[in-house]
Amino acid sequence: MTAPALPSFRRVYLTRAGVELKEFFRQRESVVFTLAFPVILLLALGAVLDYDLGAGVDFPQYFMAGVITAGIVGASLQNMAIHIAGERSDGTLKSLAGTPMPASAYFVGKVVQVLAVAVATIALLLLVGVLVYGIDLPSGTEWLTFAWVSVLGAAACTLLGIAVSTLARNGRSASATVTPIALVLEFISGVFLPFDQVPGWLQDVAAVFPVKWLAQGLRSVFLSDALAAHEPAGSWELGTVALVLGLWCVVGLVLCALTFRWQDRGSD
Amino acid sequence: MIAGRGRPAAGSDGGDCDLVQKDSLLPTPRELGAVPGREPLDPDAAISIRGLVKRYGDRAAVDGLDLDIRRGEIFALLGPNGAGKTTTVEVLEGYRRRDGGAVRVLGVDPARGGRRWKAQLGIVLQSGAGDSQLSVRELLKARASYYAEPRDPDEVLELVGLTDKAGARGRSLSGGQRRRLDVALGIVGRPRLLFLDEPTTGFDPEARRQFWALIRSLRDLGTTMLLTTHYLDEAEALADRVGVIARGQLAEVAVPTALGGRGTAPAVVSWTEGGVRRTAETATPTAFVRELAARFPGEVPDLAVSRPTLEDVYLKMIGDHS
Repeated sequence: MTAPALPSFRRVYLTRAGVELKEFFRQRESVVFTLAFPVILLLALGAVLDYDLGAGVDFPQYFMAGVITAGIVGASLQNMAIHIAGERSDGTLKSLAGTPMPASAYFVGKVVQVLAVAVATIALLLLVGVLVYGIDLPSGTEWLTFAWVSVLGAAACTLLGIAVSTLARNGRSASATVTPIALVLEFISGVFLPFDQVPGWLQDVAAVFPVKWLAQGLRSVFLSDALAAHEPAGSWELGTVALVLGLWCVVGLVLCALTFRWQDRGSD
Repeated sequence: MIAGRGRPAAGSDGGDCDLVQKDSLLPTPRELGAVPGREPLDPDAAISIRGLVKRYGDRAAVDGLDLDIRRGEIFALLGPNGAGKTTTVEVLEGYRRRDGGAVRVLGVDPARGGRRWKAQLGIVLQSGAGDSQLSVRELLKARASYYAEPRDPDEVLELVGLTDKAGARGRSLSGGQRRRLDVALGIVGRPRLLFLDEPTTGFDPEARRQFWALIRSLRDLGTTMLLTTHYLDEAEALADRVGVIARGQLAEVAVPTALGGRGTAPAVVSWTEGGVRRTAETATPTAFVRELAARFPGEVPDLAVSRPTLEDVYLKMIGDHS
């Protein structure tokens, strides 16, 4: 007698994708926090702040790149760090680890969730940007840049988020740790104010982390090339954007592979 | 004293909690089952353990434990917190790596158990599944999709008595309903071996009776079960055999009625005579009651014959090991 075949990886991947989408979009707190927060930021800061950026660019046009960065970081880094740590603390991960579900299926589900949330956030922000502030949408090959910068940035931040979830003691401490970190990184990366107004040494600190490069890549999409002169290097440095985000993906992947745990440290 | 007795339950086993998931090392002779000075592993048993050792730092939480659990049996593992119960079970489930000894669970070394092996297990953890936005039925359908031959989720809901909660979100369930959901998730994969870690904690008496009926019906379907519990009445009601674990070793394995010499221990006969409550300890309670009956014209007033309860012998046993 041969043992019945286990379900294919593809089938389990589909199940996990469905589970992760339902878990996210049915939870009001996560939807408000992750999806609506960038929109509220856009509306609130767009109404209050009025930087003169020159070249006929108003603050909302500049802020589109920043707020989309915040949206992507929220959907990936913060979302992963907080929710995976929570699932580790409440026993969900341990319970899954005792089933024949392939470990990869868990991560595939998470990636699908991040993609869906990021795309929904970006679409919502573009819609509000166009309707409320009349921002100029990207055109031509800018869409292509928009796509690869977003995907690469989201990938790096997802992997980092998974790694951070493991460093956190539990779900609550993950939330308390990663939210301020994300806000500070966003602040010094020129998300909420023009990057050239960030002090030079803070710019250097920001340049170590992926958020700065994600924001810079997105600025190249939403701002005219005349404004590239405001960047530290005097250009958009898209090659460096790809390189740094790619490196962070590798670092994140190695960190995840080395540190990922299915149970809290010191759990019974 | 018994290691760790009186400490809080959570974290008392401490140490690492690596999930053992992948094949890595080639088997050593020891891992193939040859443990010096011990019988070979029993290939027909659902679970066979020889000389199991698990250390946390200098302390051996499990220190040379031997046990065979037959296929189709319900085995209850009893023992105070910190005695090595959870550690042992987590080694069997594949959650922890052992430091010594040989272990086979359904013929497979848990340290090398892959998806096929896990598909034959059901694990109901103490912590249970967390909050979920999915409905009870959705959770069961998702879990069922990981297995080769799952049970029908609706049948499982019927079995655990959650049919009327099928559409309710996981997080909205009461404590007892959640525990039943945990059991449902544990059995939906049609396991041949089911681990139940303190499954009825927080149940009211009626819910416990219903749960016991569920466990018996699973036994009738041929499922082997390893139950850990603090409720001795539960062990007595369900288990074919019980094992008492103390200081990382099995102190005794017996059928519940014989544990600790219970079956042959003196019985206590009590009755009322002349308005006074009388008791007598006797090794031959039948003969004693016959004599007693002869002294009274009709019923012996308030007659009771009792043996030491499982709790009595259990407490004495873990006391002896202190």
